[in-house]
Amino acid sequence: MDRINVVIGTIGADSHMIGAWVLTRALRDAGFGVTFLGAVVPQQEFVDAAKETGARAILVSSMYGMGLIDCEGLRDRCVEAGLKDIVLYAGGTVAAPLELENNWGEIERRFEAIGFNRVFRNTVTTSEVIRILRADLGIEAETSVNG
Amino acid sequence: MRAVLLIDFGSTHTKVLAIDLDAERVVGRSQAVTTVESDITSGLNRALDTLFSSRALDESDVVEKYASSSAAGGLRLGTIGLVPALTLEAARRAALGAGAKVVWSSGYEIDEDKLAELQAAACDIVLLSGGTDGGDKTVITHNARMLAASPLDVPIVVAGNRSAAQQVGRILEAAGKSVVVTSNVLPELDTLNVEPTQDAVRDIFMKRITQAKGLARAQAYVGDIVMPTPKATLQAARLLADGAGDEAGIGPLLVVEVGGATINIHSVADGTPSDASTLVRGLPETRVKRTVEGDLGIRYNAPTLLDFIGVDRCVARLRALLPRAEPDADAVTARIDALSRNVGFAPQDDLDHAIDRVLAESAIAFAVGRHAGTLKHEHTLAGEVKVQKGKDLTRTAHVVGTGGIFKYGRCARQLLDAALFDAAQPWSLRPAAPQAWIDAEYLMYGIGLLAEAHPAAALRVIKRSLVPLASSKQRCSGGSGMDTA
Repeated sequence: MDRINVVIGTIGADSHMIGAWVLTRALRDAGFGVTFLGAVVPQQEFVDAAKETGARAILVSSMYGMGLIDCEGLRDRCVEAGLKDIVLYAGGTVAAPLELENNWGEIERRFEAIGFNRVFRNTVTTSEVIRILRADLGIEAETSVNG
Repeated sequence: MRAVLLIDFGSTHTKVLAIDLDAERVVGRSQAVTTVESDITSGLNRALDTLFSSRALDESDVVEKYASSSAAGGLRLGTIGLVPALTLEAARRAALGAGAKVVWSSGYEIDEDKLAELQAAACDIVLLSGGTDGGDKTVITHNARMLAASPLDVPIVVAGNRSAAQQVGRILEAAGKSVVVTSNVLPELDTLNVEPTQDAVRDIFMKRITQAKGLARAQAYVGDIVMPTPKATLQAARLLADGAGDEAGIGPLLVVEVGGATINIHSVADGTPSDASTLVRGLPETRVKRTVEGDLGIRYNAPTLLDFIGVDRCVARLRALLPRAEPDADAVTARIDALSRNVGFAPQDDLDHAIDRVLAESAIAFAVGRHAGTLKHEHTLAGEVKVQKGKDLTRTAHVVGTGGIFKYGRCARQLLDAALFDAAQPWSLRPAAPQAWIDAEYLMYGIGLLAEAHPAAALRVIKRSLVPLASSKQRCSGGSGMDTA
């Protein structure tokens, strides 16, 4: 079976890339093909990389609290680029900490409104992400995952 | 004398402006009711008879003629795109910049219902876009098949995904449609490419639309009708801002054009954020931009405008302007209804003037608000972040008012105040402290036409004729001079 490709990076003006890097390692270990774009990635690079690699998911990391602002419009760009069914995830410190604590429901609602399939808290484990991603893509586990 | 005739076949009036190319000044003007239903030349001839009956100009002085038209409903475009905020918006902007009216638009796959709407909209041209280059092909191809299977019989401009455009063109041609395939209006998500589409639209307008609209007889006298009227004003705005050859322009500007049926706003400004730390969202902006509010004119659409303002608010504003007259709601409503039936009406008394002022300032405030970008504050870990959508026009150096109300009305400066930045609406990025100008001779559209062949002369004429307004605190006789509400 062909390898499943995904694209990962830290969006916007955010230079924190450890979270995305940890997830990249875990996804590779789990048998995914991962295009790791690093930090400070504009929306367009996510779309271009996904198109070029035939990726089935884009995982957007945001650690500096501006995730919602930076992610708005990514789904529209994907549709225009012919990727209307691609899975979009966001994760990290996607909003101000107080918001994350007190208004998680609202944050989920706002990400859903801008066309994201899921948003993850900064406490999620890599194995959980991989389990959910496999389920969303409708694929079986090929190798075991540490974590 | 070498005179150039600049003719506009407007929806109501056929206007003729004569400019002496050597002296670079206006030597005559006239107008007559547009007669597009019977024979377009009878109105034109009446206007010309009036023009040449004055002794300032002889018919043998005329060396060139240029004409624009918004008669018979103007240039009506239907636009189709994929994502409403992306290719559809790009197509709409291209159409507006071409001087067209966007009378119908749709994103995503069109269905039978949408097709029926499109048919009913009586478009002159359909603009079909969708997908960036190398992007989605399925939606534009689906939409081409739908158009191909429909009885629609108007030219179709294809300006979508390059990878699909040729096939889309073939699908439409095979069905007997008239098709022009041009380059993608949004080749990449960060690159707007409106000019090729605008050139294609203009070409079709000149070759086919003038025939279809009963303007062919006029061509014998005026030659090709070179552009839709709104494009002429936009072209004048660009000329005035950017200059021509050695003749310098005046720099970034906003033109407010108040008409009887519509209000047009034109900006020539890059619109980048005033504050470099501001984030910009949305489709890139064109430096030369036109928007139009098709139902906010101060004559045909005066009742719509009254509904929009609200009768109570309108009356309160009139009472503030005319404290001694105490106009009541019934009288005001009756007068405003009368305006839509008598579209050539010129104000007769203080109340008429005050009504025109309230209608115009409300329309201007709304239309400029829609044209200008917005600024939103978002809270993040890093503190507050400013997010801009659309053009930041706060630093725009000039605002120009054009249209009948600026030629005939009172309180021109107060009207233009409605276009300015308002501290009560700090999110609306309108010009903060521009120099205001009045096109007191109502030349802008003619200047746009003259610029076709004589841009530097056209620029000198308009620079000399614009009247600067000194201060926003001047009082005027039509009202109390109080600040805009």
